[in-house]
Amino acid sequence: MATEVEDHRPLVLVHHLASFKLPLQDRLITHFRLFDSLASPEASSVLALICVGPTPVTVDTLDHLPSLRLVVGSSAGLDHVDLVECRRRGIAVTNSGDAYSENVADYAVALLLDVLRRLSAADRFVRSGLWPQQGEYPLGCKLGGKRVGIVGLGSIGYEVAKRLVAFGCTVAYNSRNKKPSALYPYYANVHDLAVNSDVLIVCCALTNETHHIINKDVLTALGREGVIINVGRGALVDEKELVQFLVQGEIGGAGLDVFENEPNVPKELFALDNVVLSPHLAVSTPESFEALNEVIIANLKAFFSNKPLLSPFQQE
Amino acid sequence: MESIDVLMLCPMISYLEQELQRRYNVLKLWTAPEKSQFIKDHSATIRAIVGDGGHGADAEMIEALPRLEILSSNSVGVDKIDLKKCREKGIRVTYTPDVLNDEVADLAIGLILAVLRRLCASDRYVRSGKWKKGDFKLTTKFTGKTVGIIGLGRIGMAIAKRAEAFNCPICYFSRTEKPDTKYKYYPSVLELASNCQILVVACSLTAESRHIVNREVMNALGPKGVLINIGRGPHVDEPELVSALVEGRLGGAGLDVYEHEPEVPEELFSLENVVLLPHVGTATVETRKAMADLVVGNLEAHFSNKPLLTPLV
Repeated sequence: MATEVEDHRPLVLVHHLASFKLPLQDRLITHFRLFDSLASPEASSVLALICVGPTPVTVDTLDHLPSLRLVVGSSAGLDHVDLVECRRRGIAVTNSGDAYSENVADYAVALLLDVLRRLSAADRFVRSGLWPQQGEYPLGCKLGGKRVGIVGLGSIGYEVAKRLVAFGCTVAYNSRNKKPSALYPYYANVHDLAVNSDVLIVCCALTNETHHIINKDVLTALGREGVIINVGRGALVDEKELVQFLVQGEIGGAGLDVFENEPNVPKELFALDNVVLSPHLAVSTPESFEALNEVIIANLKAFFSNKPLLSPFQQE
Repeated sequence: MESIDVLMLCPMISYLEQELQRRYNVLKLWTAPEKSQFIKDHSATIRAIVGDGGHGADAEMIEALPRLEILSSNSVGVDKIDLKKCREKGIRVTYTPDVLNDEVADLAIGLILAVLRRLCASDRYVRSGKWKKGDFKLTTKFTGKTVGIIGLGRIGMAIAKRAEAFNCPICYFSRTEKPDTKYKYYPSVLELASNCQILVVACSLTAESRHIVNREVMNALGPKGVLINIGRGPHVDEPELVSALVEGRLGGAGLDVYEHEPEVPEELFSLENVVLLPHVGTATVETRKAMADLVVGNLEAHFSNKPLLTPLV
């Protein structure tokens, strides 16, 4: 008679909107027993959930999960999770930790180089066959020597700074709190950072406090030659104001990976050569997803063996 | 003081033209209806030539100008100048090294990122309205990839320094091994290409380095490999490059230079894994001004019998 092997795998809910799939989910089933519906009877006893992409975790979600003690995020940002409610219920939250930091930092530098050296615009110029007819392409701007202001010196901001220093940029930053270990000058608010910067790179988390942290005042302070790069969340920037500034030529350029209402992008930007547009791709490499998978597994394993979590969410 | 005749071979930024015109009598070759006649007409008085990376002086032009003393090139590449002839005739040649190292190195990294992360293709994707219909595909991480540099001169070193900030292991090929670098040396371009994921051409163009990136090298770099050319078009066998990319034997390419500029092989226009730039390696306001200052500074030094700032010959 065959004996059944006991299933010691802990139970985990994969919480996802229909259009979002967790990358490499099949790797998880060697470690965990998975289900994906709040309506399932297992919802009442499950201790941990994986939140896929921007799937919201709200009061209503939590009401379906009375035993929940852990939310494992699969993105760097957690603005779709009701963190206040989680804290109130004693539910720990983890994010993607460092899994994405290098990729996002690479992408921020890529966008900046593209805007300053007009890479995408020049590529369009060549592909349209205009080079033999129109000769010289308009000059770009030198990256070296630019004063770069990083908004949010978390793990992503730190990696961005490290890269840009090698190009001869000087770096300063604004964060919720000054970082004693950071060697770069600190500005207590984004306006002052903007006054003293040629480029602003937005890498911070989206919270109630940081909503529209890049507003008309900051854009004015950044100036006509200023460049803004956003690899955070669309809502960190007052998009309507930014579009106005760009269309009127009151700011030098922008590289945007995120928008307030994705996948909608303000059409006025399509005609501008000093703007680079990207469809929220900063993390999208296979290497990122491998790293993310490891972080998710590590957090869950730590939780289920009562060890410290790998990447508990910390407000920067 | 007599006015000195300076032959300018092609249009350059207005700042440079103005600075030259303030000091010398500038003869603009490109405005002449018949170039060789123009040179003949002024051959008794031309004492200096100002050229650039794409416009130099061959033996014929040099022979036609018996009073030529100096050629001041607005470039670091001098493959269009008959240096041997200049040496023979005692003609000084100056160029613009160093002031453009950072600019060209920045562009090399920009091209790497643009190819690996599909920057231009995804910008096109958004502008065409396709994002509303679906997400763009995954791209490839740059951090940590091995970068192989052909030519570890000033520009090659500047590229290496930047790539190191992305945690990239660096290896190189050069005519001679450099004793005081920590980067891994390979004695042939083929071995270099077999051992890196991103191959960057950063050497000068000479008879030996023509087509230094050939079919064999591209096959060795492979379907996941990326070629970046910020050197000269003839460094790469262009027809072979096109077929390697079209057939998928080479993973991608970022090109700033081509064998017959401004002609670019049209087969490349439809490829997403290729970024095409119109020779903009030094094309920023700041760097072009710095180069122009060197061009003028060298001529000033020569005509006032002072040591040249950046002589090559």
